[in-house]
Amino acid sequence: MASAPWEDAFTAALRDQFGSHILNSELYREQKLLHVDRLSVGDVLRALHRAGFDYLVDVTAVHWPKRERPFDLIWILYSYADNRRVRVRAEYPEGDEVASATPFWPGANWLEREVFDMFGIRFSGHPDLRRILLPEDWTGHPLRKDYPILQQDQAWVQLHLGIERGQ
Amino acid sequence: MSHRTTPDPLRGGPMTAPAPGESHLDSSEMILNMGPQHPSTHGVLRVVLKLDGERVVDAECVIGYLHRGVEKIGEHRTYMQFNPYVDRMDYVSAVSNGLGYCEAVEKLQGVVAPPRAQVVRVMLAELNRISSHIVWLGTHALDIGAMTPVFYSFREREEILKIFEKYCGARLTTHAFRIGGLQWDLYDGFESDLRRFCQTFPARVDEYETLLTENRIWRERTVGVGRLDATTCKALGVTGPVLRAAGVAWDLRKAQPYSGYEKYAFEIPVGENGDTYDRYRVRLQEMRQSCRIIAQAVDGIPDGPILARIPKVFKPPVGEVYHSIEAPKGELGFYIVSDGSLQPYRLRVRPPSFVNLQALRGMVRGALVADVVAIIGSIDIVLGEVDR
Repeated sequence: MASAPWEDAFTAALRDQFGSHILNSELYREQKLLHVDRLSVGDVLRALHRAGFDYLVDVTAVHWPKRERPFDLIWILYSYADNRRVRVRAEYPEGDEVASATPFWPGANWLEREVFDMFGIRFSGHPDLRRILLPEDWTGHPLRKDYPILQQDQAWVQLHLGIERGQ
Repeated sequence: MSHRTTPDPLRGGPMTAPAPGESHLDSSEMILNMGPQHPSTHGVLRVVLKLDGERVVDAECVIGYLHRGVEKIGEHRTYMQFNPYVDRMDYVSAVSNGLGYCEAVEKLQGVVAPPRAQVVRVMLAELNRISSHIVWLGTHALDIGAMTPVFYSFREREEILKIFEKYCGARLTTHAFRIGGLQWDLYDGFESDLRRFCQTFPARVDEYETLLTENRIWRERTVGVGRLDATTCKALGVTGPVLRAAGVAWDLRKAQPYSGYEKYAFEIPVGENGDTYDRYRVRLQEMRQSCRIIAQAVDGIPDGPILARIPKVFKPPVGEVYHSIEAPKGELGFYIVSDGSLQPYRLRVRPPSFVNLQALRGMVRGALVADVVAIIGSIDIVLGEVDR
């Protein structure tokens, strides 16, 4: 099933405001997805927050190592008043900082920390960007595709757990 | 940020370090490590408390002790192979996890489970909600010092686990559902087992209420403790009974029904004050509502197939979906990206416990150390799901 274009008053208003920075708006399996230029992500998120999307469900990332901009950042938003969801996606090159969503949704704090922990993506404006699930002195970001599933920070394991290897 | 400022509980930030020239020893504040082996942290949660006497000035959660890389494992297993792994995240509500995962993959593939499978799923998921809340009730009361409820609640939990065992052979990590429906049809006597359970269970909830609801010690320990208002809940993304206790009648089973929940009559219990006591009330009422749903479902189990047509070599088309269900702890979501291969390209779990735990810091500010135990219990976290 191919995705269908999503065009209604809502996307029209966003296009009026952000023009070509709204790259694409589509419907797939009845789910709404906004593809946004990374330069406008902060503004689009702010506009969506004002438009009533008061619940940030999730922030996550996907790694596509072969792409020129290898990281997809995904924000899943929900509006309690209108009972609707929207997903926002933007592509980032390696090393780029992503605007933190914590000014609009404080709950983004831990979610962004997890993205940083697992992908090594930094968020600008985050109040406390540290690893959250892995130890702070761990080397590597496991959810990157170039991190094999059996890989571990051998030196960390030997130092802290006193065993030769964890696998 | 100066050394002396206390960070906003919503914004987070590292805990305040002692100012230059000042050591922890001569300040009146003290750092206390609670966990990761503390029994009332329900697993391996570590909370670093900064105390002024017995008052909590600040708190920081240290998590990840149970991190197994579930999302990474998901990228290296086929869609079917990953199914048992979801049971091991929130291991007291394995059935609900399975429901969320199977529905998300079905959405990705574009199939719907047959009506009979949907009804069975609802019944088992609601039984699981009851058993999850029951474990919560028993252990939470035990944390606060009430010994008796745990014996009563585990009696009912045993009945539920026996039904699970008879249905699929497992009690905890059930792997009850399959992508596309069910593997097993109902056993003979399933309906009568459930009817018997539904007849007796409301009276059992009454028993719990007799023990606790008007109990003076219980009220003293829980009323007004760990308050979290609706605005803060929404800002932090807190869902489930904690959100409903703050007065927000929001439940995914009503807001965005799945698996046929729109067919059942039930109410969303809400609280008023968003404190530990209201969370207790909400969960007790939810158990009664779940019982109501089961009673309706058991009277209308349709005949027909239990598994949709699913290809033997299962490769969902290229695309991505996010699907979420109302798990006993809140919104449990799965975001799955398919590249058309046998394995998910990316499998993200949006765990309710992880997001809800973030609210702990704001709730324990200014509370007593003993209240921290009550507040952690009232969020109802499972560390298997927080750390994944």
